[in-house]
Amino acid sequence: MPSLEKFHAELNEWLAANAPKTLAGLPVSETGGNWGGRRPVWDHPDMKPWLERAAARGLTAPTWPREYGGGGLEPAEAKVFSQELARRRLPLPLTGFGLTMIGPTLLRFGSEEQKREHLPRICRGEIRWCQGYSEPDSGSDLASLKTRAERDGDFFVITGTKVWTSYADQSDWIFALVRSDPKAKKQEGITFLLIDMASPGVSVHPIQLISGASPFCETRFDNVRVPVANVIHQINAGWTVAKALLGHERSMIADLFGVSERKQNARGSVLAGLAREYLAGDAGTLSDPALREQIAQCEFDERAFSLTVQRSRDAAKAGQQPGAESSLFKVYATELNKRRTELMVKIAGPAGLGWEGPGFDEEELARTRHWLRARGNSIEGGTSEVQLNIIAKHVLGLPD
Amino acid sequence: MQLVLTEDQELLAKTAADFVAERSPVARMRQLRDKQDPDGFSRELWREMAELGWVGNPFPEAVGGAGMGLAELAVVLEALGRTLAPEPFLSCALLAGQALLLGGSEAQKSRWLPPLVAGEQLLTLAFQERRSRYDVRNVATRAERAGEGWRLSGEKIQVLDGISADGLIVSARTAGEQTDAAGITLFLIPRGAQGLANVRQQRIDSRGASLLTLTGVAVGAGDVVGTPGGGAELLATVVDRATVGLCAEMLGSMTAAFERTLTYLKQRVQFGVPIGSFQALKHRAAQCFIEIELTRSTVMAAARAIDAGDADAAKLVSLAKARCSDAFVLIGNEAVQMHGGIGMTDEHDIGFYLKRARVAEMTFGDAAFHRDRWARLSGY
Repeated sequence: MPSLEKFHAELNEWLAANAPKTLAGLPVSETGGNWGGRRPVWDHPDMKPWLERAAARGLTAPTWPREYGGGGLEPAEAKVFSQELARRRLPLPLTGFGLTMIGPTLLRFGSEEQKREHLPRICRGEIRWCQGYSEPDSGSDLASLKTRAERDGDFFVITGTKVWTSYADQSDWIFALVRSDPKAKKQEGITFLLIDMASPGVSVHPIQLISGASPFCETRFDNVRVPVANVIHQINAGWTVAKALLGHERSMIADLFGVSERKQNARGSVLAGLAREYLAGDAGTLSDPALREQIAQCEFDERAFSLTVQRSRDAAKAGQQPGAESSLFKVYATELNKRRTELMVKIAGPAGLGWEGPGFDEEELARTRHWLRARGNSIEGGTSEVQLNIIAKHVLGLPD
Repeated sequence: MQLVLTEDQELLAKTAADFVAERSPVARMRQLRDKQDPDGFSRELWREMAELGWVGNPFPEAVGGAGMGLAELAVVLEALGRTLAPEPFLSCALLAGQALLLGGSEAQKSRWLPPLVAGEQLLTLAFQERRSRYDVRNVATRAERAGEGWRLSGEKIQVLDGISADGLIVSARTAGEQTDAAGITLFLIPRGAQGLANVRQQRIDSRGASLLTLTGVAVGAGDVVGTPGGGAELLATVVDRATVGLCAEMLGSMTAAFERTLTYLKQRVQFGVPIGSFQALKHRAAQCFIEIELTRSTVMAAARAIDAGDADAAKLVSLAKARCSDAFVLIGNEAVQMHGGIGMTDEHDIGFYLKRARVAEMTFGDAAFHRDRWARLSGY
């Protein structure tokens, strides 16, 4: 493949000239990278020029079309790019829901005008996006959402409350589901709408979780005027768009918890190593047989899951249709993460009880917070129970 | 390692599925049980399976085999497991056959392997004792020196297809204490040898198993399989191979039991609706599905790891067997519960799966045994 080699050579040349050397090996911050937006937070001062140069080259959204600010790369080229970043230990120039969620949705459902308006600004990291789906009374039954959208000429007037809007307090725009026809069947009266968070009537309130501070917010809309031109796809056809995006979100969550074979092996020693820190007698067989067995079971589950992810990928590579096995990724990965974080706290014993302050080291406090936060893994992005319903209906064909 | 079937393996799977559909419904196994067949399997079908090349699958071409790996044999055993076919793959092709292949002398191999591969003669491995549980190194059977040879005394339990075998490979202690790894020797004894008493044992799955009593059975130096005193390692190797074979069979059985249960959930009407519409049952069915999918990945990985001689093959075998044991028992229990009253009757086939699940779980180590082994191999 000479053209791929040529691309690789040019990319290396460009990276050598443009990627700030100061960023190599930069530890991933708590926020998990550079999210851009009107009020950007830079983990390192050189992240700003890195974003600007990468965006100018189309490398913040490598596979998006060039006319919208993307790189127009083939998948193989994009893979080379991400491998080069990993090899040079460089951070992604930009991350966030613009790139991962609303961008792909606009590419698929947006009008030409909408694409030209929003995609280049996403690519340049100028606008940070958040998602407005759930409501206080609409969790698993998302389609029952009630945020009102009343037509007033060329505008919709929006009133209602969205909850679990991650990073809404730092975001510039929100993509939201609103009730545009209260008389229609619940899935058929929903519209997918883009709303500027700077509009009058939008207010944001951060949510404290059982694990402490969180990115989650509650976002309220009080007679917010939004142009009808901001509707994605068609009025009352928002559910179609939402479903496409939800599927994407679930696979993202599964990816997040999915452990690669290599990572998994390293993790195996983590649990046993942790047990040695807290159990009497540090060599040979662990002194607590029940804990030892739970560690082995947890490692079994992790290995079985990573092998299943691998099987799914191998089948895809061999040109087979995605198998039924992919339907279990979200539910299994999140339930496993819950068991794993719980086991880690259990291993620590009384040292796993700290909330903050003296007598606990940082790692102990972090592990305990992770355990608490992980309780939400099987709730967010579709509860485990909803996932089991989906498997029962769509994979096993059980009747309603 | 690629966790996907090759085209050849797909073809093999189809051949095996067709064979099972045509020649080996669960009703066949029921008949063997009802007439209390001494073998517990069909010798005629076994020869046909040999002609199809399945018995010789994990043997080199030199002895008439196909020179393939466990990944291929697993495909066949999964298909046979779907209808609980009781033919002696584990005892003959895997346990004893692999012991001879890996540890046997040239004379032993040329005497036994060609007829074994052809489906004409049967071998088995007698390694389990009343007190050994799952530890193949726990051997009380003694081999006392007698001139150039030895005299064997002791007892072996639940010898797979022991009644049918033309030859038995027996583990006995030539040195050391009962649980020592060193000092175990494997001996090949032909059926009917002086001092050998062999009676059929009846287990819940109706398959061939026997209680073997050895009273001063005389063996010579030429009857030793492998090195004297070094049998533990060979035993562990062949038991691992047989474990992968058993796992593949279990995978087929649990998949079939689950599919039968799903069909029942869609057909059985109570309260005016199919019982499969109840969420309590839907969620449990979905959990069973998840367990089967994860189990399938581990079985494929274990077979390929052994074929490739991977360093962590033993760990993957433990992973696969633990998952198969837990998943098959779960599905066996759920299958009977979801079938309700009819599932409790002998007339219905679903109970056969539950019984086989329990036997398979406790063959070559249950999940707890393999968690312990995994932890040991992982250094904790």
